[in-house]
Amino acid sequence: MEAVNPKTIPPEANGPDTVVMTVPAPSGPSGPSGWSGELVPKGAAFEPAFVWLTRSAAILVLLVLAGICAVLLIASLPALKKFGPYFLTSSAWNPVTENFGALAPVYGTLVTSAIAMLIGVPLALGAALFLTELCPHRLRATLATAIDLLAAVPSIIYGMWGLFVFAPFMSTYVQPAITEYVGPIPVVGALFTGAPYGIGMLTAGLILGLMVLPFVAAVSRQVFATMPPVLREAAYGVGATPWEYCRRVLIPYARSGVTGAVMLGLGRALGETMAVTFIIGNAHRISVSLFMPGTTISATLANEFTEAVGDVYLSSLLALGLILFCITFAVLFAARFMLSRIGARVAV
Amino acid sequence: MKPDDRLLARRKAVNGLMMSLCVAAAVIAVGALALILAKLVVAGTVALSPAIFTLMTPPPGSSGGLLNPILGSLLMTLVAIAFAAPVGVLAGTYLAEYGRGTTLGNGVRFLNDTLLSAPSIIIGLFIYGVMVLPQGHFSGWAGAFALALIALPVIVRTTEDMVGLIPDSLREAAVALGCPYWRVIVSIGWRSARPGILTGILLAVARVSGETAPLLFTSLNNQFMSTNMNAPIASLPVVIFQFAMSPYQDWQSLAWAGALLITACVLVLNITARVITSRGVQ
Repeated sequence: MEAVNPKTIPPEANGPDTVVMTVPAPSGPSGPSGWSGELVPKGAAFEPAFVWLTRSAAILVLLVLAGICAVLLIASLPALKKFGPYFLTSSAWNPVTENFGALAPVYGTLVTSAIAMLIGVPLALGAALFLTELCPHRLRATLATAIDLLAAVPSIIYGMWGLFVFAPFMSTYVQPAITEYVGPIPVVGALFTGAPYGIGMLTAGLILGLMVLPFVAAVSRQVFATMPPVLREAAYGVGATPWEYCRRVLIPYARSGVTGAVMLGLGRALGETMAVTFIIGNAHRISVSLFMPGTTISATLANEFTEAVGDVYLSSLLALGLILFCITFAVLFAARFMLSRIGARVAV
Repeated sequence: MKPDDRLLARRKAVNGLMMSLCVAAAVIAVGALALILAKLVVAGTVALSPAIFTLMTPPPGSSGGLLNPILGSLLMTLVAIAFAAPVGVLAGTYLAEYGRGTTLGNGVRFLNDTLLSAPSIIIGLFIYGVMVLPQGHFSGWAGAFALALIALPVIVRTTEDMVGLIPDSLREAAVALGCPYWRVIVSIGWRSARPGILTGILLAVARVSGETAPLLFTSLNNQFMSTNMNAPIASLPVVIFQFAMSPYQDWQSLAWAGALLITACVLVLNITARVITSRGVQ
């Protein structure tokens, strides 16, 4: 293995006319008799060019990320200059007076993602544990594939279902019931007041939760699969019940991976556009009640970007994009870091 | 009753409770998702008709189909993959071959994984900034490049995984025969990883075909028939978004038909990719 490990072949260190190290260097006129001295294999001269080609493709990936950073930063400068730090703390959003603040969309993004995590993560982990520990073997492969496939369903589908099926259901059944039973409770009740529109932050959060569910379940299942079978057998061997095995062996072992899976899900929930845009209601205000319409960063961008007139408006929207970029990439970096600690490179 | 028995009974009870909660979670999860798919299939099949594939998008109140968005989506996806596939395969090859263990390789690998789950609307903003704004108009090219940037990390990732699976003994054999390393990659690496690389490209197509957010402000939309990549062009996801949000019944049912088409396409691509991988890589 060491012989061809590319680490031992640093073609870039050689000049363009030298060959790969695995081939003996041309021995010149002092070679064996009857040999022309030509030991360079056909096409060896192409090697540096090929290395350069693949490396520049890899560097292009870096440039894309750097480009995203730079473009967002430059494009949002006018807004950041005009509003300064108040952009983050102001909840104004007035295209007429050109007064913009990011607080309402940021608030909406955080609240809907929090609801999504609250609903999606326990269900996803439960489903993943079911799949790895309890599910009959015959069903396991099918169900696992089904969950993986559901994670690939485009988010616009979840949004449409939310708008046409789930929002009416919420406003007719769920929200009135919540208002009746939870509403009178002090403090908590304030979260659930107001007219049951169906459309609003609660519904958007629930749909987001459904959307991240198969995603988190699929990643957690892959993380659980990295568990060495010996540990599992040992746990059952000393008489652990399935729950004790999950609680004291599997979850501690997979903790950083599961955290990574949850954070990947969070990253997705924060940046998700279509599932939310349909049902958030797009209202630039901060309401305590979760029944009220609100907005998220991505929904604001999707709804208003093409209609934005004026440099300040456009630049404020791009500044929102910059904020979203910073939040999600911080979360995603953390997620990948956690996942790499358990050695799981998850392909989603 | 011995104390041990009581302890055992309690452990069993806790186990029973927690495990039934897990089962309940799985049932709720699968049930909810099944409900979504059921609604999609029912509402979609009602609206499906041959006219979907032969007529253009109608004004509200008259009948029509989804021909122009379907064509627009196909065109943009094709262009996107044509750009993303070569770059992605080369970059993935670098990560799996020359870049193993190097700082550049590790950095690109980490950032590529991050890009893989980056919000697609950010990609749309980026393309808006570098293409739409300087050009002064929305265009199919901008849409296609936005999709290409979404497809790229998927292809890089799968290519790296698949080329990485090739045993080193194969590489050693080729090098021992006097192959320059690039030829080892091209004739041994790519050839044996071909099904895997194809899988990556299929997965990228699947990923791209449902994307709406980045197209909203790159390719915009076009209610007329257009294959001009220099002008705004219709795409299936954007038309679904517009029609579903409209108050018109016939537009909404067209949106369901489009949604069913996209989902079916995504699922078929994913399943094909799985079949290829399970056959090609033992």
